[in-house]
Amino acid sequence: MPEHAAVRIRGGQRGARVTIRVDLQRVEAHEGEMLAAALMAAGIYRLRRSPNAGTARGAFCLMGVCQECLVRIGGELRQSCMVPVVAGLEVATMPGEAQ
Amino acid sequence: MSPAFDLIVIGAGPAGCRAALAASRHGVSVLLIDEAAAAGGQVHRAPAGGLVLKLDEDGAKGDELRRRIAQSAITLRFGCRVWSVASGFRVDVAGHGGHEAFTAPRLIAATGAYERVVPFPGWTLPGVIGLAAATILIKSQGMLPGRRIVLAGCGPLLLLVASKVLAAGGEIAAIADLSGPADWLATLPRVLRRPGLAMRGAGWAVTIGRARVPVHFRHGVRAATGPDRVERVEIGPVDRSGAPAAGNTISLAADTLAVGHGLVPGAEIPRLLRADMIFDRRRGGWVPQVDELGRTSLPGLYAVGDGAGIEGAEPALLAGELAGLTAARDAGRISAATYEHEVAKPSRGRASYAPFADAMADLMALRPEQVAGIPAEAVVCRCEDVTRAEIENAAAAGARDVNQMKHFTRCGMGPCQGRMCGDVAAELLAQSRKVPRHAVGYWTGRPPLRPVPLADLVGSFDYADIPIPTPAPL
Repeated sequence: MPEHAAVRIRGGQRGARVTIRVDLQRVEAHEGEMLAAALMAAGIYRLRRSPNAGTARGAFCLMGVCQECLVRIGGELRQSCMVPVVAGLEVATMPGEAQ
Repeated sequence: MSPAFDLIVIGAGPAGCRAALAASRHGVSVLLIDEAAAAGGQVHRAPAGGLVLKLDEDGAKGDELRRRIAQSAITLRFGCRVWSVASGFRVDVAGHGGHEAFTAPRLIAATGAYERVVPFPGWTLPGVIGLAAATILIKSQGMLPGRRIVLAGCGPLLLLVASKVLAAGGEIAAIADLSGPADWLATLPRVLRRPGLAMRGAGWAVTIGRARVPVHFRHGVRAATGPDRVERVEIGPVDRSGAPAAGNTISLAADTLAVGHGLVPGAEIPRLLRADMIFDRRRGGWVPQVDELGRTSLPGLYAVGDGAGIEGAEPALLAGELAGLTAARDAGRISAATYEHEVAKPSRGRASYAPFADAMADLMALRPEQVAGIPAEAVVCRCEDVTRAEIENAAAAGARDVNQMKHFTRCGMGPCQGRMCGDVAAELLAQSRKVPRHAVGYWTGRPPLRPVPLADLVGSFDYADIPIPTPAPL
């Protein structure tokens, strides 16, 4: 369990447990979860660098507005707060940098 | 030929849903569009797929709204982004099925609000999130944003988030509230006009008190620090206006800072269509000029809910009902008598909410003195890394309004399209130029309303789908 991470609240039911791939890492998540939240729960906070100053950025507004949680999925830039987790999802963080 | 409706409603939060339901009930053909996968907006946001949570009041109301929408005759486009609106009205939507366009002679903009965060050094660090973002994580994802959380900002959202974090067993390092006990007490006469909502707030305060969370009134965030994510949060005293004041600062170890300084109306559609706008600090900034029924200055365009000025969820429902009925009346689907009868109750209801809504809006309105206290080196525009000093340099170099300042600095030119920085950047420019806030104007509205991946516009098609015109006769 990563030291700094969002914490899934106990109780209730969640979508099926699935594995997604984030860069070279396998990450456990629940189907239907917001990808940005699943990344936070896995301790993955730094998603990109700002293009000008190059400072680390992560999810901020979680409602589709700020564009800070951009990642690359299937080659396309997507806001991870607008993408639901599905099994086998392949996610690349740091989308502005050479892969 | 674009599919035609009597009415298009953009935004399926409380205001948009109620507007669509009211119009649909009277036989108006309605299209309801939202970028989320389900109705509810942010306040009644649906839980993530597969997630079943113990419902709070907002969740139960959201389920009721979603049930009524599902049972209605309303045409739905959820998970779709409106990226352009043209007069007339033509609405261009990008979504899973590629691009679609719709037309209707009437349009209700119910696009809600987004959060304002007044910048401080370190607010761009991963692990700093909005207060609204924290509620979304808790309510729709069943997650706490971190293990040791600092909550900061102002207004009722601070109490709501704190009570939800505690109820879920989370740890709050401290709460820093720009307001003091006197400011909260001053709202009481108005708040008590809605005893139900007042009791809810009191319940949150009791939860926080019982948990013995350190609450620092009249304190604001001075800085968030860490190598590439938050590790410490420094808070310090502010005066009654929100300006940083002399006194000891407190450094707190935390992995998360959730911070918010009120809400900004998402009024891009009225702006794009060049409806008349007015600056109303209490209502969150620039809002479309609307009458009590939601009609803007443009015939056929209505604006309701927090996107037309911050009022909160309950008044938004009633405003939506009024605009939906008015659209049905304007479309000739209800008689004058039925209309007068049906608008009477929501009109009275909305008026009775006004003192409560005003009291909460006042706690959340942008404090000019807080903006004046932003350090020169602090980033204001997150997308383009534009600092306060650069905005002031642009003012000194002759930028007179926000659009000129944008051209000088690139502030507001990034992918969030000025949503995160716009209100504060305009305040800084006005202060720098020593002119009233309205004199520096607002960003010119232009399509696309949101960044849209090209793939979403193109969609998928086969070679056979490409229309080949019949050759002209020789």
